[in-house]
Amino acid sequence: MIETYLRQSALDHLGLAGHSTAAPTEAGVQLSEKPLPVAVNLRGDSGDAAFVEAVREALGLALPTLPNTATTGEGLALLWLGPDEWLAMQHDAAAFAEAQLATKLRKALDGLHAAVTEMGESLCCLSLAGAQARAVLAKGCPLDLHPRAFGGSGHCAQSLLAKAAVTLLQVSDAPAFELYVRRSFADYLWRWLEDAAREYGVAVVRP
Amino acid sequence: MAGRMRLPQGGFVAHDELLTFTFNGKTYKGLAGDTLASALLANGIHMVGRSFKYHRPRGIVSAGGEEPNALMQVGDDPRSEPNLKATQVELVDGLKAKSQNAWPSLEFDVGALNGLASRFLPAGFYYKTFMWPASAWMTYEHFIRRAAGLGVSPRQRDPDRYDKTFAHCDVLVVGGGPAGLAAALSAGRAGARVILAEQDHLLGGALLNTQGEVIDGQPARDWIAAAEAELAALPEVRVLKRTICYAAFDHNFFGLVESVTDHLPRPPENLPRKRLWKLRTKQVVYCAGAIERPLVFADNDRPGVMTASAVQSYVNRYALRPGRRAVVFTNNDSGYGAALDMKAAGIEVAAVVDARQVPAGPLTERATALGLRILGGFAIVAVEGARRVKRVRVAELSLDGKTVTGVPEAIDCDLVASSGGWNPTVHLFCQAKGKLRWDDEHACFLPDAAMQTGQQSAGAANGRFGLGSCLREGTEAGAAAAAACGFAPSDTAASQAEDRDFLPGRWIWLVPGEHPLGHKAKHFVDQQNDVTAADLKLALREGYRSIEHVKRYTTTGMATDQGKMGNVNAIGIVADEVGGHLPEVGVTTFRPPYTPVTFGVFAGRDVDNLLDPVRRTPMHAWHERNGALFEDVGQWRRAWYYPQHGEDMHAAVNREVKAVRDSLGILDATTLGKIDIQGPDAAEFLNRVYTNAWLKLGIGRCRYGLMLKEDGMVMDDGVTTRLGEKHYLMTTTTGNAAAVLGHLEDYLQTEWPDLQVYLTSVTEQFATMTLSGPSARRLLADVSDADLSPEALPHMAYTAAKVAGVPARIFRISFTGELSYEINVPASFGMAVWQTLTTAGERYGITPYGTEAMHVLRAEKGYIIVGQETDGSVTPHDLGMDWAVSKTKDFVGRRSLSREDMARPDRKQLVGLLTKDPKEVLPEGAQLVEKVLPQPPMPMLGHVTSSYHSPNCGRSIAMALVKGGLARKGETLFAPLGDGRTIACVVADTCVFFDPEGERLK
Amino acid sequence: MLLIACPHCGPRAESEFHCGGEAHIERPKDPASLSDAEWAEFVFLRDNIKGLVFERWNHAHGCRRWFNAARDSVTYEILAIYPMGSPPPALDPRRYV
Ligand SMILES: [Zn+2]
Repeated sequence: MIETYLRQSALDHLGLAGHSTAAPTEAGVQLSEKPLPVAVNLRGDSGDAAFVEAVREALGLALPTLPNTATTGEGLALLWLGPDEWLAMQHDAAAFAEAQLATKLRKALDGLHAAVTEMGESLCCLSLAGAQARAVLAKGCPLDLHPRAFGGSGHCAQSLLAKAAVTLLQVSDAPAFELYVRRSFADYLWRWLEDAAREYGVAVVRP
Repeated sequence: MAGRMRLPQGGFVAHDELLTFTFNGKTYKGLAGDTLASALLANGIHMVGRSFKYHRPRGIVSAGGEEPNALMQVGDDPRSEPNLKATQVELVDGLKAKSQNAWPSLEFDVGALNGLASRFLPAGFYYKTFMWPASAWMTYEHFIRRAAGLGVSPRQRDPDRYDKTFAHCDVLVVGGGPAGLAAALSAGRAGARVILAEQDHLLGGALLNTQGEVIDGQPARDWIAAAEAELAALPEVRVLKRTICYAAFDHNFFGLVESVTDHLPRPPENLPRKRLWKLRTKQVVYCAGAIERPLVFADNDRPGVMTASAVQSYVNRYALRPGRRAVVFTNNDSGYGAALDMKAAGIEVAAVVDARQVPAGPLTERATALGLRILGGFAIVAVEGARRVKRVRVAELSLDGKTVTGVPEAIDCDLVASSGGWNPTVHLFCQAKGKLRWDDEHACFLPDAAMQTGQQSAGAANGRFGLGSCLREGTEAGAAAAAACGFAPSDTAASQAEDRDFLPGRWIWLVPGEHPLGHKAKHFVDQQNDVTAADLKLALREGYRSIEHVKRYTTTGMATDQGKMGNVNAIGIVADEVGGHLPEVGVTTFRPPYTPVTFGVFAGRDVDNLLDPVRRTPMHAWHERNGALFEDVGQWRRAWYYPQHGEDMHAAVNREVKAVRDSLGILDATTLGKIDIQGPDAAEFLNRVYTNAWLKLGIGRCRYGLMLKEDGMVMDDGVTTRLGEKHYLMTTTTGNAAAVLGHLEDYLQTEWPDLQVYLTSVTEQFATMTLSGPSARRLLADVSDADLSPEALPHMAYTAAKVAGVPARIFRISFTGELSYEINVPASFGMAVWQTLTTAGERYGITPYGTEAMHVLRAEKGYIIVGQETDGSVTPHDLGMDWAVSKTKDFVGRRSLSREDMARPDRKQLVGLLTKDPKEVLPEGAQLVEKVLPQPPMPMLGHVTSSYHSPNCGRSIAMALVKGGLARKGETLFAPLGDGRTIACVVADTCVFFDPEGERLK
Repeated sequence: MLLIACPHCGPRAESEFHCGGEAHIERPKDPASLSDAEWAEFVFLRDNIKGLVFERWNHAHGCRRWFNAARDSVTYEILAIYPMGSPPPALDPRRYV
């Protein structure tokens, strides 16, 4: 039996824990890798009241229908990805929490035309915070992240960051962002972020 | 004092901050606030280069980005940068500059012989001389490049870092002169997000070059400082100095380059040298000012001949005397500004030569009142002095301005300030495809209708040459731009200043000389490209009419110059010659970049290990630890082979290939694309996108599929498994994963929106490892709870089970021809499961194998690889795979398979090839012929697609696409190689070289 | 770089999109009934218009949805965005010589 502590994140080889700091920092940017995410991709018809209700029932969260927004609840976030696509997110180190979340949704959506697909294993979640977080993202992301354009905490978008596709979620107006990237790109994106943040000073912090 | 020509005080230079620099190896002093050009002039140096074609001595002409002559190589290798305009290089302590267009030295120039031979170098000379024979072009090009003196690229690696960033704003203001400052202020006060880009390190634009201007009752200098302070205090306004807007693209997208550290003698380590701004704005206000055009007169390129505004700039902004005794040559009022400022600075003004019969205008009147000698209706008809102006000759013009009357008078001088009027800087507006209109009064092109929405011009860039109108128009444009973004204008009124134009003018495009045009003297139109008025006339005589053709033939306004100084003069001369009106001749196309941009800026941080993403599988670190060499497959980095104990590639691959067939191998197959397909119509969907039948595939069963494009050509292949009632998992080739998903979504969303199917990429959700070989079942049984019996899990079947305690998907499918299991586990467990398998597999001699061994193994079985055996022109029939094509249903690409062309017997078809000498391995890509001729060309039959040494067959094996190949079995073909060898080979009966009956899969 | 208003995600940079070429070319319902020439017309031949063009676009790095756009191929102005399956909007084509 394999123990869950043997799970590896996409950045395991960088040994981040070894050179992370827990202390508050003067650096313009704080960078960290969040614990392995739990994520379930959800497809369905938001015009179908039964679908919307079933999701609300299963997750205790309203389905966000406003583009580029997320609804958040107890340890859970539901991100709008498209007119018929959402991502249910949870930070939970438990190895098989993802399967449980997917099963719960599948059960709730039984009989409807919907699709539930586990996605968290394919993702790496990076956190970027600090006064210059927006400036760093702007170096590779074509989105306008100004508070007037990107509506602050709870706003999300799928876009590009450098040469990687990312899902961006603003988690604090401070500002702080979570970046979800496919795990094979995580090493590239981490190194890119460190390089892009260099001029502002960058601290690798504990998540 | 920093230079013998420096004034003791004044200007925008720090008189107490001395800087040292070298020019062509000699050391000089300059001041903080100098440009390289002003520092040279302060030291009395005018001559800074030689011309492109004739190698004539050339001096500094301007004080800005329009400079045609003072091109410099600045810095040492590796930081050396060519083609910098001395007028734009901020002086820093320790700066090293070289003239780049003089060999072996500026003073003695071998290429000046070109000048002696200049009657052999007319327009089109290079085209006429160097085009034939075409094979000699390489030699000519080398000669031209060296003679052209366009600088030298650094040889060493660039040690600097460059940054790129996106940016967004409501209002972009290009140019920080009076109009730009006014526009930024009014847009900023309204609350808009504003970016003001100024190429200079000082705001103020033309105000820096003049004296005595008053705005709102205060000196212009104080007004600029107040404006700058207010902009800095507005939270949504950003002022980017040392930032040149070099390009206007579509939908109000702009390219800007910020020089971040070039002006710092010791740049901080964390800062990039330059930054590229990729800016999207809702509104733009072009306030780029205007560029003074020189007059085109005989030998107007002598060092010491400058534009009048440049002289003003050097006197007023840089506090220096560009000469001791000057002649001003003008055809409008603004030339008198230089005369007045020079007089005030103690430069003797020998005469103002005014082409206008009746000199008039506000500055003219002041000069008259001061008693300056004004020669109305006169022109400079000759300039003497090779390395510096010594003397001019002036004479009266005829009434039509085409000829000279009377006896010329010689006037000694060392400086000529010429003014031919002003051209609004419309480059960016035109790059954005805006249309121009001709303004007869000012004799210049002005912005007319913008092609893109949200574009305005203001100030001199829009033909408003008076300071008061610049401020007013800037204020209005800024407010309008902000209003268009939804911001109500603030009620602050526009700043007030006197309005003074440069009219009246007498527009003479070509000033006659003492001799017929083209004889003894040269009238330069474009000094950077060494184009004369005679060249333009020659082009017209040779039949060129379109201004675009004249431009290319003569090279006027090309390259880095982009017609900043010479364009309108050239058009005017052409118009005169063909007897037309200037706007009818039209303008040439303005192209980005406005000024040259160094390559590093475009590379940004996309260099070295950030050049492209390197995609790593969950087991990547294991492969590294175990000595794998890697191969790039798209962006993925895959283990290629694992050499042990000094093995070479051949030995390692042989060992891995043998191990799989003998006992057991393990492959990291994570990179294969995986698409999750769910919905009641999933089977119908698969039936339409694959060539074979899918409606009856049972749950838990796998099937191989070929996917075509609508043109009938193979685009991908892979195994798809039915996981559940309405649930399938498709696999794709590694390189095609994204393309296949895109292809499927395209059909699903656009052709068959009625199908109830959802597609999701799950490639990275799983770590995939393949156990392959006779011992695969035993090992898997050791670590899994699955029933692996052939009855429970036959070939092409699937089961969900635990592997090493982890929930897994097990697919019994094979790409090696051996008993194989493809195991998918959650990606985060990939490393742990892989380690468990490799450890537990030791008792079976488990051998990790890489992509190379995988290729050999599949080739032994004749399995194709899409992209290797196919190239977008190969059908299933060409591959001998008709067995995978349904004859009873439609599918994407089917109709194309019955096109007439598909029945051609000489289509290239896939065949097996065996070399006559079993030890010889054909190179992949080798061309095949029927008969070897003594030398090429020979009719080619096709090429080798795959070729390996097969340890299991004990010989080399190959596959090839050969014309009519299926009918050529047993024929001998030849592969003539580049090294002179020829390999003979025989078309085999089959592509399957190993276990043709497939016994080992059972 | 164009700024394209994804009907779902809003205005986004062109680099997030993939252009799928000319719109309103429907896959024939019964390909087998077409002559070689008719089939070739569908598979290979596209107009190349200076002026008003109708194109398919996919928000590849966003919501992955396809949509149609009417665009002026001279000014690059995007004149309309409309769903797949809808007829092209009635727009006045500008004349270019
Ligand atoms: Zn979208």
